[in-house]
Amino acid sequence: MNPLLTVEDLHVRFPTRTGVVEAVRGVSFTLGRERLGIVGESGSGKSQTGRAIMGLTPTHAEISAKRMEFDGIDLLRAPPAQRRALRGNRIAMILQDPKYSLNPVMTIGRQIVETLRTHEKVSQAEARKRALAMLEAVQIRDAARVYDLYPHEVSGGMGQRAMIAMMLVAGPELLIADEPTSALDVTVQLEVLGILDRLVRERGMGLIFISHDLRLVSSFCDRVIVMYAGKIVEELAASELSRAEHPYTQGLLDCMPRIGADRHPLPVLERKPEWAL
Amino acid sequence: MSSTETQMPARRASRRALPILKSVAGFVAIVATTYLGLLAVTFFIGRVVPIDPVLAIVGDRAPAHVVERVRQEMGLNLPYYQQFVLYVKGVLQGDFGTSVLTTNPVMTDIRRVFPATMELATAGTIIGAAFGIPLGVLAAVKRGSIADQIVRILGLIGYSVPIFWLGLLALLVFYARLGWTSGPGRIDVVYEYSFTPVTGFYLIDAVINRDWAAFRDIFSHIILPASLLGYFSLAYISRMTRSFMLNELSQEYIVAARAKGLSETRIIWGHALRNAAVPLVTVIALSYAGLLEGSVLTETVFAWPGLGLYITNSLQNADMNAVLGGTIIIGSVFIAINLFSDVLYRMLDPRTRN
Repeated sequence: MNPLLTVEDLHVRFPTRTGVVEAVRGVSFTLGRERLGIVGESGSGKSQTGRAIMGLTPTHAEISAKRMEFDGIDLLRAPPAQRRALRGNRIAMILQDPKYSLNPVMTIGRQIVETLRTHEKVSQAEARKRALAMLEAVQIRDAARVYDLYPHEVSGGMGQRAMIAMMLVAGPELLIADEPTSALDVTVQLEVLGILDRLVRERGMGLIFISHDLRLVSSFCDRVIVMYAGKIVEELAASELSRAEHPYTQGLLDCMPRIGADRHPLPVLERKPEWAL
Repeated sequence: MSSTETQMPARRASRRALPILKSVAGFVAIVATTYLGLLAVTFFIGRVVPIDPVLAIVGDRAPAHVVERVRQEMGLNLPYYQQFVLYVKGVLQGDFGTSVLTTNPVMTDIRRVFPATMELATAGTIIGAAFGIPLGVLAAVKRGSIADQIVRILGLIGYSVPIFWLGLLALLVFYARLGWTSGPGRIDVVYEYSFTPVTGFYLIDAVINRDWAAFRDIFSHIILPASLLGYFSLAYISRMTRSFMLNELSQEYIVAARAKGLSETRIIWGHALRNAAVPLVTVIALSYAGLLEGSVLTETVFAWPGLGLYITNSLQNADMNAVLGGTIIIGSVFIAINLFSDVLYRMLDPRTRN
């Protein structure tokens, strides 16, 4: 089976006044219809990897790769219009905080309908019907009421479900979730993850789950990539996380709290310069 | 339907009506206080300035008993607070006293001159917003480009060059040399007697009268001063639009809109500008109010028979009733515009509604 997404030697560079900052330095992976987790600390390049695939890299950044293909489409050489037609339609992305990622002056319903009508020729009534069905699919019970609410009128968990509905309504094949639950309360996190898990499974989507939460990623994904300073330092099956070989991954694992175990003193995360080479 | 179900909406409506009533009452209280403050400040400034309104009427050669009689007739011998109460009573009935200069009631004069100023300021604001907003958006979207620099320089010239100088220059070039527009005044003498004002806004009146020749003439009179005022407000509106847009374009919901695959046009005009419009409303309202009171110089240069010219003439002739009346009208319009922009703000931003 052909992979859904192939990334080979991806680089993202930001020219700044003090020199070029390389956020992503030679990332390669392939993805089928599976769930891939990308973990790493802040600034490790995990978000920029996701944005490069979406085509949302800031215009002043330079982006290069040996190969970056989605379903046979060369993403680097595709014209902007074709990439735009992919976004939201075949590749979608969920952002971190619904408080900021939903347009505050537009009702939730309109924002969902907007995605749909950008990519499909459907009537307003049909679009509304599908948006309501999508709201129900993310387990919003009172869909007709929530449809007419503004983002500030719903809770964080509800907002993130609306975000998921907005991004999945056009039926994408690949979903990039960039820290989708980091801004939510712990109890709500599990609910939203459960909804996401079910939808990805039911619709057979490929998922890239970007997070700094190693435990969350390992329980949610099939495969995990660990990034450090713009590079992949380790790639392993989620079930084999405890057998990680790279000292950085081991360091991350050592920092996780364990019920019933004394964690004092908490080990300091090691960052050896040679890992970044 | 059962009776309980029909009662439900009614009860809910009454529960909703109470806060509305409360906010209306608060609204009225704020307006009344502001208005009273405005009256007090203008009145006392008018009385404190070293101008003797009696002398302005009777002249400086009048005998002492005449001066004293007129002073009493005008109520100027009363203590200030009594004068103030009398004045407020008059104003509440729409009576600002009589103008010495024109011998008309001040209200009659204002009814004649104020539409001229308002028409000019409205035309100016429309021009300023119609060009200023797109230019500001362009500057924000193409930040740091040549286009951004041009808009910046245009704006800088707009608020650093004195408007009367630009006005004279414009008259020289477009009226005297090129003959593209008409000169000073609102309307040509030819039309002055055949033309019957209805609203006082000549452009609208010409349309109502279906007098297209007059319309063309009025248009060619207003276009120069309106463009100048428009340029003046464009300078401000474009700068503010640029900074509001830059702020909105850096928000996360713009990234989300891109991730949805929306076109750049839709993202800029449908999402970012729709959000930037909220603070922009206040900016445009303030610049409109500024044009209403600040067009004195423009009115002088273009011999525009508006409120600014009226107040300046009155001030030079110590016609205090007219000055106070004009000031209060401008102040009232200021308050009205502020209230209007508050209402518009609420309409544009759902977060301020509750």
